[in-house]
Amino acid sequence: MFKLRKLLATAAILAVTASGLATAQAADISGAGATFPYPLYGKWAAEYKNETGVGMNYQSIGSGGGIKQIKANTVDFGASDKPLSGTELEQAGLLQFPVVMGGIVPIFNIDGVKPGEVVLSGDVLAQIYLGKIKNWNDPAIAALNKGVKLPDLALIPIYRSDGSGTSFNFTYFLNESNKDWAEVGVNTSVEWPVGLGGKGNEGVAALVGQTKGAIGYVEYAYALQNALPYSRMLNKDGKVVEPSLESFQAAAANADWKGTPGYGVILANQPGAASWPMTAATFILVHKAPAKPEGTASTLKFFDWAYSKGDKMAEDLHYVPLPDATVSLVESSWKQVVDKDGKPVF
Amino acid sequence: MDEAPRRKGNARSRIGDPLFKWLTWSFTMLVLLILGGVVFTLVEGSIPVFKTMGLDFLITAKWNPVTDQYGVIVPLVGTLVTALIAMLVGVPTSFAIAFFLTELCPYFIRQPISIAIELLAAVPSIIYGIWGLFIVAPYFQSHIEPVLIAVLGPIPVLGALFQGPAIGIGMLLAGLILGLMILPFITAVTRDVFSSVPAVLRESAYGLGCTRWEVVRRIVLPYCRTGVVGAVMLGLGRALGETMAVTFVIGNAHRLSTSLMAPGTTISATLANEFTEAVGDVYTSALIGLGLVLFVLTFFVLALGKRLLLRAGH
Repeated sequence: MFKLRKLLATAAILAVTASGLATAQAADISGAGATFPYPLYGKWAAEYKNETGVGMNYQSIGSGGGIKQIKANTVDFGASDKPLSGTELEQAGLLQFPVVMGGIVPIFNIDGVKPGEVVLSGDVLAQIYLGKIKNWNDPAIAALNKGVKLPDLALIPIYRSDGSGTSFNFTYFLNESNKDWAEVGVNTSVEWPVGLGGKGNEGVAALVGQTKGAIGYVEYAYALQNALPYSRMLNKDGKVVEPSLESFQAAAANADWKGTPGYGVILANQPGAASWPMTAATFILVHKAPAKPEGTASTLKFFDWAYSKGDKMAEDLHYVPLPDATVSLVESSWKQVVDKDGKPVF
Repeated sequence: MDEAPRRKGNARSRIGDPLFKWLTWSFTMLVLLILGGVVFTLVEGSIPVFKTMGLDFLITAKWNPVTDQYGVIVPLVGTLVTALIAMLVGVPTSFAIAFFLTELCPYFIRQPISIAIELLAAVPSIIYGIWGLFIVAPYFQSHIEPVLIAVLGPIPVLGALFQGPAIGIGMLLAGLILGLMILPFITAVTRDVFSSVPAVLRESAYGLGCTRWEVVRRIVLPYCRTGVVGAVMLGLGRALGETMAVTFVIGNAHRLSTSLMAPGTTISATLANEFTEAVGDVYTSALIGLGLVLFVLTFFVLALGKRLLLRAGH
């Protein structure tokens, strides 16, 4: 009870502060949403402020919160890891476009097995998270890992306990790979049949790190920065691939951006010999007929700058820039954003 | 000469007293207003989930954001079980510490120990969570749980509580950490009420040849019943609502299990985990509904505590 009251009080204070900021610094861009791209948006914002003097305030409150905020018109843009569907975008009058991509990697904890030594497939991962494969010495795992000695050790699946775009992309991939996953479903949070939940990437990593036999999934950038033992994956074409910027980019190159409303392509399980099967994009939402066209216009200018000058910064932080063809596709869609007289704002 | 200051004093009290009364009254009303606002928000916010789920919301163990079906049972049971474990651990320990401090402890270390215990209360709950996850859980998994499973597991009925693989994280660990967290609160209050027992009562009892245990049991506890119940209620209230520490060590799984070592979840842990990313009216509403259930639960616990206090007073 006390916690909830505190929560409400904090929310009220935040709301007051946010509205105060919005009026005080009209030129600054305000955005809210996904936590996954937060480090990158923060870095871009700092660099952009240096170059142009225009600041960008981004609150990483989660994709769900970002969608709510942009619908309620309290921010200039919302950010989400889970793309909205064409009809949802239509109903809310929103335009959606992808910004950068990242990958999701399985991590594990087995004594004496080195990072990258284990190979997993979507089908095996799905069976592990369904509780059907219970031990590391299961024949299905052994078949993918000839030559690697896997111990007789109970498998403890670890998942994200908070709602997360990472979970959405992960469950989407499991659903693509194993038809039994349909009973669990695809969402930012699901009713996991087995395992333990950790809060955030750091929660999952901590649980995997200290539980022998555990397996989990985290964002690639997070796994790399913390030197977590990741596995390789079997992709849709039946090839074994390493998680890397190249394999994420391969997945993006093979995706059908043009034919998906709002470019809401889910990059999991894309075809192509080099494609990493658990690649994911993160998205921006703006109003097509914004109440404050200046705010939306500066948002689009900011992302135009980020597309052209932000690739290096993205790669430094282990995010994957979009292919150039996709960027020009996205920028041409910005013409749909108009002010009150029907003129494009960008 | 004499009159001037008195008149001045009168004038001051003519304005000052009503102003002071008005000030205190308005602060009190403000609290009631906020409380009313919280109740209103919780009830209004949980209407959609009751519309969709009906009373099933209160009796099902489902929690499925994919099919939009929610029930309070799993987090509610988790909240009650962890709070119960916390009380079982925390209350007797606190009483023992309080008694030691007031009756047995050499005078010169009494104050340092008291301060140390009060410092425990000042540790932020997230610190308990991190400590529980990184330090206690691995030790629990490798040293304590295997023993519990081997020793208590085979016992019929009771053994059902100590089954399954040793993971470290779970309801038992969450309850133990909670017990440690409420300990300083209960200890601080009980120590104060224990020391309020008139020395003459205690001395007389010892004079009659009572043992220390008899003094606690027959003199100190009956004399302080009211205060002690208050202290326990304070601890219970905190155990029911504690969020961050529990989120770290309970495993965050929406599953019912007879084993205390299995992962579970509590109402506040579910809120902390899922509120930010809850998409859709029913999901958000279900979480607010959980808040309402916790509110009602806490209300009843406090009301029960007050009733016990009143009865003890007679």
